[in-house]
Amino acid sequence: MDTSKLRYTETHEWVSLNGNLARVGITDHAQREISDVVFVELPKPGALLKQKQSAMIVESVKAAFDIYAPVSGKIVKINEELGKRPELVNQSPCEEGWLFEMECSDLKEANGLLTEEQYQKFKTQPTH
Amino acid sequence: MTSIQEIHSIKKTPLYDRHLSLHGKMADFAGWLLPVYYTSILEEHRWVRRSCGVFDVSHLGEIRVSGAGAFRFLQYRLTNDLDKLEDGRILYSPLCDEMGFVLDEFLVYQAGKDDYYLVVNAANVERDCEALRRYAPDAVTLQDESGRTACVAVQGPLSEGLLERLFGFRLKDLGYYRFKEERYRGEPLWISRTGYTGEDGFEIFSPHSLAGPVWDRLMEAKGEEGVRPVGLGARNTLRLEAGNVLYGEDLDETVTPLEAGLGWAVSFSKEGGFVGRDMLILQKERGTSRRLVGFRVLEKPVAREHYAIHKEGRKIGKVTSGSYGPTVGANIGLGYVEKGFEAPGTPIEIEIHGRFVKAEVVKTPFVPLKHR
Repeated sequence: MDTSKLRYTETHEWVSLNGNLARVGITDHAQREISDVVFVELPKPGALLKQKQSAMIVESVKAAFDIYAPVSGKIVKINEELGKRPELVNQSPCEEGWLFEMECSDLKEANGLLTEEQYQKFKTQPTH
Repeated sequence: MTSIQEIHSIKKTPLYDRHLSLHGKMADFAGWLLPVYYTSILEEHRWVRRSCGVFDVSHLGEIRVSGAGAFRFLQYRLTNDLDKLEDGRILYSPLCDEMGFVLDEFLVYQAGKDDYYLVVNAANVERDCEALRRYAPDAVTLQDESGRTACVAVQGPLSEGLLERLFGFRLKDLGYYRFKEERYRGEPLWISRTGYTGEDGFEIFSPHSLAGPVWDRLMEAKGEEGVRPVGLGARNTLRLEAGNVLYGEDLDETVTPLEAGLGWAVSFSKEGGFVGRDMLILQKERGTSRRLVGFRVLEKPVAREHYAIHKEGRKIGKVTSGSYGPTVGANIGLGYVEKGFEAPGTPIEIEIHGRFVKAEVVKTPFVPLKHR
Protein backbone atom coordinates (compact mmCIF):
# COMPACT_ATOMS: atom_id res chain seq x y z
CA MET A 1 0.00 0.00 0.00
CA ASP A 2 1.10 3.54 -0.70
CA THR A 3 1.43 4.98 2.77
CA SER A 4 2.68 8.36 1.58
CA LYS A 5 -0.87 9.81 1.64
CA LEU A 6 -1.45 8.75 5.22
CA ARG A 7 -1.22 11.10 8.17
CA TYR A 8 0.12 10.02 11.53
CA THR A 9 -0.02 10.69 15.26
CA GLU A 10 2.76 10.58 17.82
CA THR A 11 0.84 7.75 19.46
CA HIS A 12 1.39 5.62 16.33
CA GLU A 13 -2.04 5.72 14.73
CA TRP A 14 -2.33 6.27 10.99
CA VAL A 15 -5.20 8.18 9.41
CA SER A 16 -6.44 7.90 5.85
CA LEU A 17 -8.57 10.92 4.95
CA ASN A 18 -11.31 10.93 2.38
CA GLY A 19 -13.18 14.22 2.59
CA ASN A 20 -14.14 14.42 6.24
CA LEU A 21 -14.09 10.65 6.67
CA ALA A 22 -11.03 9.39 8.53
CA ARG A 23 -10.09 5.71 8.55
CA VAL A 24 -7.80 4.85 11.45
CA GLY A 25 -5.38 2.06 12.25
CA ILE A 26 -2.05 1.50 13.94
CA THR A 27 1.23 1.75 12.09
CA ASP A 28 3.47 -1.10 11.05
CA HIS A 29 6.02 0.18 13.54
CA ALA A 30 3.39 0.03 16.32
CA GLN A 31 2.22 -3.49 15.52
CA ARG A 32 5.82 -4.68 15.68
CA GLU A 33 6.28 -2.98 19.04
CA ILE A 34 3.19 -4.44 20.68
CA SER A 35 3.66 -7.88 19.04
CA ASP A 36 0.88 -10.40 18.48
CA VAL A 37 -2.58 -8.91 18.83
CA VAL A 38 -5.01 -11.32 20.47
CA PHE A 39 -8.07 -9.14 21.00
CA VAL A 40 -9.41 -5.74 20.02
CA GLU A 41 -12.09 -3.93 21.96
CA LEU A 42 -13.58 -1.77 19.20
CA PRO A 43 -15.39 1.50 19.87
CA LYS A 44 -19.18 1.77 19.62
CA PRO A 45 -20.46 3.24 16.35
CA GLY A 46 -22.00 6.61 17.13
CA ALA A 47 -19.56 7.36 19.94
CA LEU A 48 -18.33 10.95 20.01
CA LEU A 49 -14.66 11.39 20.72
CA LYS A 50 -12.34 14.30 21.24
CA GLN A 51 -8.92 14.28 19.63
CA LYS A 52 -6.39 12.30 21.74
CA GLN A 53 -9.16 10.65 23.74
CA SER A 54 -8.89 6.88 24.16
CA ALA A 55 -11.07 5.31 21.48
CA MET A 56 -10.48 1.62 21.98
CA ILE A 57 -8.09 -1.02 23.27
CA VAL A 58 -5.79 -3.37 21.42
CA GLU A 59 -4.60 -6.33 23.47
CA SER A 60 -1.45 -8.19 22.55
CA VAL A 61 0.34 -11.06 24.25
CA LYS A 62 2.44 -8.35 25.88
CA ALA A 63 -0.08 -5.87 27.26
CA ALA A 64 -3.21 -3.82 26.64
CA PHE A 65 -2.74 -0.64 24.60
CA ASP A 66 -5.00 2.38 24.30
CA ILE A 67 -5.69 3.60 20.78
CA TYR A 68 -6.41 7.32 20.65
CA ALA A 69 -8.75 9.24 18.38
CA PRO A 70 -6.42 11.07 15.98
CA VAL A 71 -9.09 13.70 15.38
CA SER A 72 -12.34 14.75 17.05
CA GLY A 73 -15.53 13.35 15.67
CA LYS A 74 -18.05 10.52 15.57
CA ILE A 75 -17.29 6.84 15.11
CA VAL A 76 -19.23 5.79 12.01
CA LYS A 77 -17.83 2.36 11.20
CA ILE A 78 -15.73 -0.32 12.88
CA ASN A 79 -13.79 -3.23 11.40
CA GLU A 80 -16.00 -6.11 12.52
CA GLU A 81 -13.66 -8.67 10.94
CA LEU A 82 -11.15 -8.04 13.76
CA GLY A 83 -13.54 -9.72 16.21
CA LYS A 84 -12.75 -13.01 14.53
CA ARG A 85 -9.28 -12.24 13.20
CA PRO A 86 -7.43 -9.82 15.50
CA GLU A 87 -4.15 -10.97 13.91
CA LEU A 88 -5.01 -8.82 10.87
CA VAL A 89 -3.68 -5.88 12.86
CA ASN A 90 -0.24 -7.51 12.68
CA GLN A 91 -0.51 -9.01 9.24
CA SER A 92 -1.93 -5.99 7.46
CA PRO A 93 -1.86 -2.98 9.78
CA CYS A 94 -2.54 -0.40 7.08
CA GLU A 95 -5.13 -2.28 5.04
CA GLU A 96 -7.21 -5.24 6.28
CA GLY A 97 -6.22 -4.47 9.85
CA TRP A 98 -7.78 -0.99 9.97
CA LEU A 99 -9.66 -0.29 13.20
CA PHE A 100 -12.44 2.27 12.78
CA GLU A 101 -13.72 5.20 10.73
CA MET A 102 -14.60 8.62 12.09
CA GLU A 103 -16.47 11.59 10.77
CA CYS A 104 -13.94 14.29 11.36
CA SER A 105 -15.59 17.33 12.94
CA ASP A 106 -12.68 19.72 12.47
CA LEU A 107 -10.47 19.30 9.43
CA LYS A 108 -7.92 21.69 10.93
CA GLU A 109 -7.01 18.94 13.41
CA ALA A 110 -6.37 16.56 10.56
CA ASN A 111 -4.08 19.06 8.86
CA GLY A 112 -2.00 19.23 12.01
CA LEU A 113 -1.18 15.52 11.97
CA LEU A 114 2.27 14.25 11.05
CA THR A 115 3.14 13.51 7.44
CA GLU A 116 4.74 10.22 6.45
CA GLU A 117 8.16 11.86 6.43
CA GLN A 118 7.64 13.49 9.82
CA TYR A 119 6.40 10.24 11.33
CA GLN A 120 9.31 8.20 9.99
CA LYS A 121 11.63 10.70 11.59
CA PHE A 122 9.65 10.78 14.84
CA LYS A 123 9.52 7.02 15.36
CA THR A 124 13.26 6.57 15.10
CA GLN A 125 13.89 9.02 17.92
CA PRO A 126 14.82 7.32 21.14
CA THR A 127 11.87 7.07 23.51
CA HIS A 128 12.03 8.68 26.90
CA MET B 1 9.32 4.08 32.79
CA THR B 2 13.06 3.70 32.84
CA SER B 3 15.10 6.50 34.36
CA ILE B 4 18.53 7.58 33.17
CA GLN B 5 20.23 6.16 36.23
CA GLU B 6 18.68 2.79 35.53
CA ILE B 7 19.89 2.77 31.94
CA HIS B 8 23.44 3.05 33.16
CA SER B 9 23.11 0.08 35.45
CA ILE B 10 21.42 -2.20 32.90
CA LYS B 11 23.46 -5.34 32.44
CA LYS B 12 24.09 -7.28 29.28
CA THR B 13 24.47 -11.04 29.14
CA PRO B 14 27.37 -12.57 27.18
CA LEU B 15 24.84 -13.31 24.42
CA TYR B 16 23.69 -9.70 23.99
CA ASP B 17 25.29 -9.16 20.58
CA ARG B 18 23.84 -12.42 19.32
CA HIS B 19 20.34 -11.29 20.31
CA LEU B 20 20.85 -8.08 18.35
CA SER B 21 22.01 -9.88 15.25
CA LEU B 22 18.94 -12.14 15.52
CA HIS B 23 16.83 -8.93 15.66
CA GLY B 24 15.74 -9.61 19.23
CA LYS B 25 13.38 -6.99 20.60
CA MET B 26 15.31 -6.06 23.72
CA ALA B 27 13.88 -4.89 27.02
CA ASP B 28 14.94 -4.43 30.61
CA PHE B 29 14.17 -7.48 32.70
CA ALA B 30 15.21 -7.28 36.35
CA GLY B 31 18.10 -5.00 35.36
CA TRP B 32 19.20 -7.10 32.39
CA LEU B 33 18.74 -6.33 28.70
CA LEU B 34 17.12 -9.43 27.28
CA PRO B 35 15.03 -10.27 24.22
CA VAL B 36 11.26 -10.19 24.72
CA TYR B 37 10.89 -11.91 21.35
CA TYR B 38 12.70 -12.29 18.05
CA THR B 39 9.82 -12.69 15.61
CA SER B 40 6.56 -13.25 17.49
CA ILE B 41 5.68 -14.32 21.02
CA LEU B 42 2.90 -16.57 19.70
CA GLU B 43 5.10 -18.31 17.14
CA GLU B 44 7.91 -18.80 19.63
CA HIS B 45 5.50 -20.15 22.23
CA ARG B 46 4.08 -22.71 19.81
CA TRP B 47 7.54 -23.67 18.64
CA VAL B 48 8.59 -24.64 22.16
CA ARG B 49 5.49 -26.81 22.61
CA ARG B 50 6.18 -28.81 19.46
CA SER B 51 9.89 -28.55 18.78
CA CYS B 52 12.78 -26.94 20.64
CA GLY B 53 13.26 -23.38 21.86
CA VAL B 54 16.48 -21.85 23.13
CA PHE B 55 16.37 -19.10 25.76
CA ASP B 56 19.06 -16.88 27.22
CA VAL B 57 18.36 -16.96 30.95
CA SER B 58 21.76 -15.72 32.02
CA HIS B 59 20.03 -13.15 34.21
CA LEU B 60 19.28 -15.92 36.71
CA GLY B 61 21.38 -15.64 39.83
CA GLU B 62 23.67 -18.38 41.11
CA ILE B 63 24.88 -18.49 44.69
CA ARG B 64 27.32 -21.14 45.86
CA VAL B 65 26.93 -22.24 49.48
CA SER B 66 29.75 -24.44 50.66
CA GLY B 67 31.87 -25.40 53.63
CA ALA B 68 31.39 -27.49 56.75
CA GLY B 69 27.81 -27.15 57.94
CA ALA B 70 26.39 -25.96 54.59
CA PHE B 71 23.75 -28.68 54.62
CA ARG B 72 22.61 -27.94 58.16
CA PHE B 73 22.55 -24.22 57.46
CA LEU B 74 20.43 -24.52 54.31
CA GLN B 75 18.22 -27.15 55.90
CA TYR B 76 17.34 -24.60 58.60
CA ARG B 77 17.25 -21.58 56.28
CA LEU B 78 15.01 -23.03 53.54
CA THR B 79 11.51 -24.47 53.88
CA ASN B 80 11.84 -27.68 51.87
CA ASP B 81 13.61 -30.78 53.20
CA LEU B 82 17.13 -31.02 51.78
CA ASP B 83 17.32 -34.59 53.03
CA LYS B 84 15.50 -35.44 49.78
CA LEU B 85 18.67 -34.45 47.92
CA GLU B 86 21.71 -36.43 46.91
CA ASP B 87 24.67 -35.45 44.76
CA GLY B 88 23.44 -34.53 41.27
CA ARG B 89 19.88 -33.84 42.38
CA ILE B 90 17.90 -30.63 42.47
CA LEU B 91 15.20 -29.46 44.85
CA TYR B 92 12.81 -26.52 44.69
CA SER B 93 12.51 -24.49 47.86
CA PRO B 94 11.10 -21.16 48.95
CA LEU B 95 13.23 -18.89 51.15
CA CYS B 96 11.07 -17.30 53.83
CA ASP B 97 11.63 -14.54 56.33
CA GLU B 98 10.92 -14.99 60.04
CA MET B 99 7.23 -14.20 59.47
CA GLY B 100 6.91 -16.91 56.85
CA PHE B 101 6.73 -14.52 53.90
CA VAL B 102 8.43 -15.55 50.68
CA LEU B 103 11.69 -13.67 50.04
CA ASP B 104 12.56 -15.79 47.02
CA GLU B 105 12.40 -19.29 45.62
CA PHE B 106 15.42 -21.36 44.69
CA LEU B 107 16.45 -24.41 42.82
CA VAL B 108 18.98 -26.07 45.10
CA TYR B 109 21.65 -28.08 43.26
CA GLN B 110 23.60 -30.50 45.44
CA ALA B 111 27.09 -30.74 43.96
CA GLY B 112 28.62 -32.68 46.83
CA LYS B 113 28.72 -32.94 50.59
CA ASP B 114 28.19 -29.45 52.02
CA ASP B 115 28.42 -27.99 48.52
CA TYR B 116 25.31 -26.40 47.03
CA TYR B 117 24.43 -24.07 44.20
CA LEU B 118 21.28 -22.00 44.48
CA VAL B 119 19.68 -20.80 41.28
CA VAL B 120 17.72 -17.69 42.23
CA ASN B 121 15.56 -14.97 40.70
CA ALA B 122 17.61 -12.23 39.04
CA ALA B 123 15.99 -9.35 40.87
CA ASN B 124 16.61 -10.88 44.28
CA VAL B 125 20.27 -11.89 44.26
CA GLU B 126 21.50 -9.23 46.66
CA ARG B 127 18.63 -9.60 49.08
CA ASP B 128 19.02 -13.38 49.00
CA CYS B 129 22.70 -13.14 49.89
CA GLU B 130 21.84 -10.85 52.76
CA ALA B 131 19.03 -13.08 54.04
CA LEU B 132 21.31 -16.12 53.85
CA ARG B 133 24.34 -14.42 55.41
CA ARG B 134 22.42 -13.46 58.52
CA TYR B 135 22.08 -17.13 59.45
CA ALA B 136 25.26 -18.57 57.94
CA PRO B 137 27.84 -19.97 60.37
CA ASP B 138 31.45 -18.83 59.90
CA ALA B 139 32.59 -22.04 58.25
CA VAL B 140 30.00 -21.68 55.48
CA THR B 141 31.02 -19.57 52.49
CA LEU B 142 28.49 -17.74 50.31
CA GLN B 143 29.72 -16.82 46.85
CA ASP B 144 27.64 -14.87 44.38
CA GLU B 145 28.55 -16.48 41.05
CA SER B 146 25.85 -14.62 39.09
CA GLY B 147 28.23 -12.23 37.38
CA ARG B 148 30.22 -14.96 35.69
CA THR B 149 27.66 -17.69 35.13
CA ALA B 150 25.59 -17.84 31.97
CA CYS B 151 22.55 -20.03 31.46
CA VAL B 152 20.91 -21.21 28.27
CA ALA B 153 17.58 -23.05 28.55
CA VAL B 154 16.74 -25.58 25.87
CA GLN B 155 13.06 -26.50 26.07
CA GLY B 156 10.63 -28.61 24.08
CA PRO B 157 10.05 -32.23 23.04
CA LEU B 158 13.02 -32.35 20.64
CA SER B 159 15.53 -30.99 23.17
CA GLU B 160 17.10 -34.24 24.29
CA GLY B 161 17.79 -35.53 20.79
CA LEU B 162 19.12 -32.20 19.56
CA LEU B 163 21.49 -31.75 22.49
CA GLU B 164 22.80 -35.28 22.16
CA ARG B 165 23.38 -34.78 18.45
CA LEU B 166 24.92 -31.31 18.67
CA PHE B 167 27.10 -31.74 21.73
CA GLY B 168 27.51 -35.48 22.14
CA PHE B 169 26.03 -35.30 25.64
CA ARG B 170 24.38 -38.41 26.99
CA LEU B 171 21.06 -37.30 28.43
CA LYS B 172 18.73 -40.28 28.16
CA ASP B 173 19.51 -41.36 31.70
CA LEU B 174 19.42 -37.90 33.21
CA GLY B 175 16.15 -37.76 35.15
CA TYR B 176 13.92 -34.79 35.89
CA TYR B 177 15.51 -32.42 38.42
CA ARG B 178 18.92 -34.04 38.05
CA PHE B 179 22.08 -32.49 36.69
CA LYS B 180 25.56 -33.48 35.66
CA GLU B 181 28.80 -32.05 34.43
CA GLU B 182 29.56 -32.27 30.72
CA ARG B 183 32.29 -30.74 28.61
CA TYR B 184 32.17 -28.68 25.47
CA ARG B 185 35.35 -27.56 23.71
CA GLY B 186 37.26 -28.96 26.64
CA GLU B 187 35.54 -26.69 29.15
CA PRO B 188 33.18 -27.94 31.85
CA LEU B 189 29.53 -26.97 32.01
CA TRP B 190 26.53 -28.16 33.97
CA ILE B 191 23.41 -29.46 32.37
CA SER B 192 20.21 -30.04 34.33
CA ARG B 193 16.88 -31.50 33.31
CA THR B 194 14.89 -28.52 34.48
CA GLY B 195 12.86 -25.69 33.03
CA TYR B 196 9.97 -23.35 33.45
CA THR B 197 7.88 -24.10 30.37
CA GLY B 198 6.08 -27.32 31.28
CA GLU B 199 7.95 -29.14 28.49
CA ASP B 200 10.79 -31.60 28.76
CA GLY B 201 14.00 -29.64 28.59
CA PHE B 202 17.36 -28.66 29.96
CA GLU B 203 19.29 -25.74 31.37
CA ILE B 204 22.97 -25.35 30.58
CA PHE B 205 25.08 -23.42 33.09
CA SER B 206 28.50 -22.32 31.95
CA PRO B 207 31.12 -19.64 32.47
CA HIS B 208 30.42 -16.52 30.38
CA SER B 209 33.18 -17.43 27.94
CA LEU B 210 31.47 -20.68 26.97
CA ALA B 211 27.94 -19.29 26.56
CA GLY B 212 28.61 -17.89 23.06
CA PRO B 213 29.99 -21.14 21.64
CA VAL B 214 27.13 -23.15 23.21
CA TRP B 215 24.56 -20.72 21.75
CA ASP B 216 26.21 -20.75 18.32
CA ARG B 217 26.26 -24.53 18.22
CA LEU B 218 22.55 -24.60 19.06
CA MET B 219 21.79 -22.03 16.35
CA GLU B 220 23.42 -24.30 13.78
CA ALA B 221 20.34 -26.48 14.20
CA LYS B 222 17.95 -23.66 13.34
CA GLY B 223 15.11 -24.50 10.99
CA GLU B 224 12.39 -27.06 10.57
CA GLU B 225 12.58 -29.84 13.18
CA GLY B 226 15.25 -27.77 14.81
CA VAL B 227 15.80 -24.99 17.28
CA ARG B 228 14.63 -21.44 17.38
CA PRO B 229 15.69 -18.66 19.72
CA VAL B 230 12.84 -17.76 22.05
CA GLY B 231 12.41 -14.59 24.08
CA LEU B 232 11.17 -13.91 27.56
CA GLY B 233 7.68 -13.06 26.27
CA ALA B 234 7.03 -16.67 25.33
CA ARG B 235 8.86 -17.86 28.44
CA ASN B 236 6.17 -16.02 30.39
CA THR B 237 3.18 -17.42 28.48
CA LEU B 238 4.70 -20.92 28.61
CA ARG B 239 5.29 -20.80 32.37
CA LEU B 240 1.81 -19.41 32.97
CA GLU B 241 0.20 -22.28 31.05
CA ALA B 242 2.37 -24.69 33.05
CA GLY B 243 1.01 -23.10 36.25
CA ASN B 244 4.44 -21.94 37.39
CA VAL B 245 4.52 -18.90 39.63
CA LEU B 246 6.69 -15.88 38.83
CA TYR B 247 8.41 -14.08 41.67
CA GLY B 248 7.50 -10.40 41.67
CA GLU B 249 4.07 -11.13 40.22
CA ASP B 250 2.44 -14.17 41.82
CA LEU B 251 4.85 -14.33 44.69
CA ASP B 252 6.49 -11.69 46.85
CA GLU B 253 7.33 -10.83 50.43
CA THR B 254 3.68 -10.20 51.28
CA VAL B 255 2.53 -13.78 50.74
CA THR B 256 3.39 -17.10 52.36
CA PRO B 257 4.16 -20.34 50.53
CA LEU B 258 0.92 -21.82 51.85
CA GLU B 259 -1.13 -19.02 50.30
CA ALA B 260 0.79 -19.39 47.05
CA GLY B 261 0.05 -23.11 46.78
CA LEU B 262 3.65 -24.06 47.57
CA GLY B 263 2.83 -26.02 50.72
CA TRP B 264 4.34 -29.10 49.05
CA ALA B 265 7.74 -27.37 49.30
CA VAL B 266 7.41 -26.64 53.03
CA SER B 267 8.52 -29.44 55.33
CA PHE B 268 7.00 -29.05 58.78
CA SER B 269 8.31 -32.45 59.82
CA LYS B 270 12.01 -31.98 59.18
CA GLU B 271 14.28 -32.05 62.19
CA GLY B 272 15.40 -28.74 63.65
CA GLY B 273 12.67 -26.70 62.00
CA PHE B 274 13.32 -23.78 59.65
CA VAL B 275 13.13 -20.00 59.55
CA GLY B 276 9.48 -18.96 59.44
CA ARG B 277 8.11 -22.26 60.71
CA ASP B 278 6.29 -20.86 63.76
CA MET B 279 4.19 -18.49 61.71
CA LEU B 280 3.58 -20.97 58.93
CA ILE B 281 2.42 -23.72 61.27
CA LEU B 282 -0.04 -21.27 62.81
CA GLN B 283 -1.32 -20.43 59.37
CA LYS B 284 -1.52 -24.08 58.46
CA GLU B 285 -3.61 -24.86 61.53
CA ARG B 286 -5.95 -21.91 61.04
CA GLY B 287 -6.09 -22.17 57.27
CA THR B 288 -5.01 -19.43 54.89
CA SER B 289 -7.35 -16.50 54.35
CA ARG B 290 -6.52 -16.43 50.64
CA ARG B 291 -5.21 -18.75 48.01
CA LEU B 292 -3.51 -18.44 44.66
CA VAL B 293 -5.73 -19.98 42.01
CA GLY B 294 -5.77 -20.39 38.28
CA PHE B 295 -8.63 -18.88 36.30
CA ARG B 296 -9.93 -18.92 32.80
CA VAL B 297 -11.63 -15.86 31.34
CA LEU B 298 -14.83 -16.85 29.55
CA GLU B 299 -14.83 -13.81 27.28
CA LYS B 300 -12.44 -12.04 24.94
CA PRO B 301 -10.47 -9.46 26.94
CA VAL B 302 -7.27 -10.39 28.73
CA ALA B 303 -7.20 -10.21 32.54
CA ARG B 304 -3.87 -8.69 33.54
CA GLU B 305 -1.80 -8.11 36.66
CA HIS B 306 -3.55 -6.04 39.39
CA TYR B 307 -7.05 -6.34 37.91
CA ALA B 308 -9.67 -6.87 40.61
CA ILE B 309 -11.45 -10.20 41.05
CA HIS B 310 -15.09 -9.90 42.12
CA LYS B 311 -17.85 -12.19 43.27
CA GLU B 312 -21.43 -10.95 43.38
CA GLY B 313 -20.42 -7.31 43.48
CA ARG B 314 -17.73 -7.68 46.13
CA LYS B 315 -13.99 -7.63 45.57
CA ILE B 316 -12.52 -10.96 46.63
CA GLY B 317 -9.02 -10.74 45.21
CA LYS B 318 -6.75 -9.68 42.43
CA VAL B 319 -5.03 -11.00 39.35
CA THR B 320 -1.26 -11.48 39.67
CA SER B 321 -0.51 -12.70 36.13
CA GLY B 322 -2.70 -12.98 33.12
CA SER B 323 -2.29 -13.51 29.43
CA TYR B 324 -3.69 -15.13 26.39
CA GLY B 325 -2.64 -18.77 26.64
CA PRO B 326 -1.60 -19.72 23.11
CA THR B 327 -1.79 -23.49 23.68
CA VAL B 328 -4.92 -23.29 25.84
CA GLY B 329 -6.54 -20.99 23.27
CA ALA B 330 -8.13 -18.81 25.94
CA ASN B 331 -7.28 -16.01 28.31
CA ILE B 332 -5.91 -17.46 31.51
CA GLY B 333 -4.20 -16.24 34.63
CA LEU B 334 -3.31 -16.61 38.27
CA GLY B 335 -4.61 -14.56 41.16
CA TYR B 336 -5.34 -14.55 44.85
CA VAL B 337 -8.91 -15.07 46.03
CA GLU B 338 -10.38 -15.09 49.52
CA LYS B 339 -10.89 -18.40 51.25
CA GLY B 340 -14.03 -20.13 50.05
CA PHE B 341 -13.65 -19.21 46.40
CA GLU B 342 -10.69 -21.43 45.52
CA ALA B 343 -12.57 -24.51 44.30
CA PRO B 344 -12.23 -25.22 40.57
CA GLY B 345 -15.47 -24.37 38.83
CA THR B 346 -16.22 -21.34 41.02
CA PRO B 347 -17.63 -18.57 38.81
CA ILE B 348 -15.89 -15.21 39.35
CA GLU B 349 -15.81 -11.86 37.62
CA ILE B 350 -12.76 -9.83 36.69
CA GLU B 351 -12.90 -6.10 36.25
CA ILE B 352 -11.35 -5.41 32.85
CA HIS B 353 -11.35 -1.91 31.38
CA GLY B 354 -14.26 -0.87 33.53
CA ARG B 355 -16.56 -3.81 33.03
CA PHE B 356 -17.08 -7.11 34.78
CA VAL B 357 -16.02 -10.04 32.67
CA LYS B 358 -17.02 -13.62 33.45
CA ALA B 359 -14.29 -16.03 34.48
CA GLU B 360 -13.98 -19.32 36.28
CA VAL B 361 -11.54 -20.78 38.79
CA VAL B 362 -9.75 -23.72 37.20
CA LYS B 363 -7.12 -26.24 38.20
CA THR B 364 -3.52 -25.58 37.25
CA PRO B 365 -1.50 -26.43 35.22
CA PHE B 366 -3.56 -25.21 32.27
CA VAL B 367 -1.79 -27.66 29.96
CA PRO B 368 -0.58 -31.20 30.66
CA LEU B 369 3.03 -31.14 31.88
CA LYS B 370 5.48 -32.99 29.66
CA HIS B 371 8.28 -33.38 32.19
CA ARG B 372 10.08 -36.64 31.99
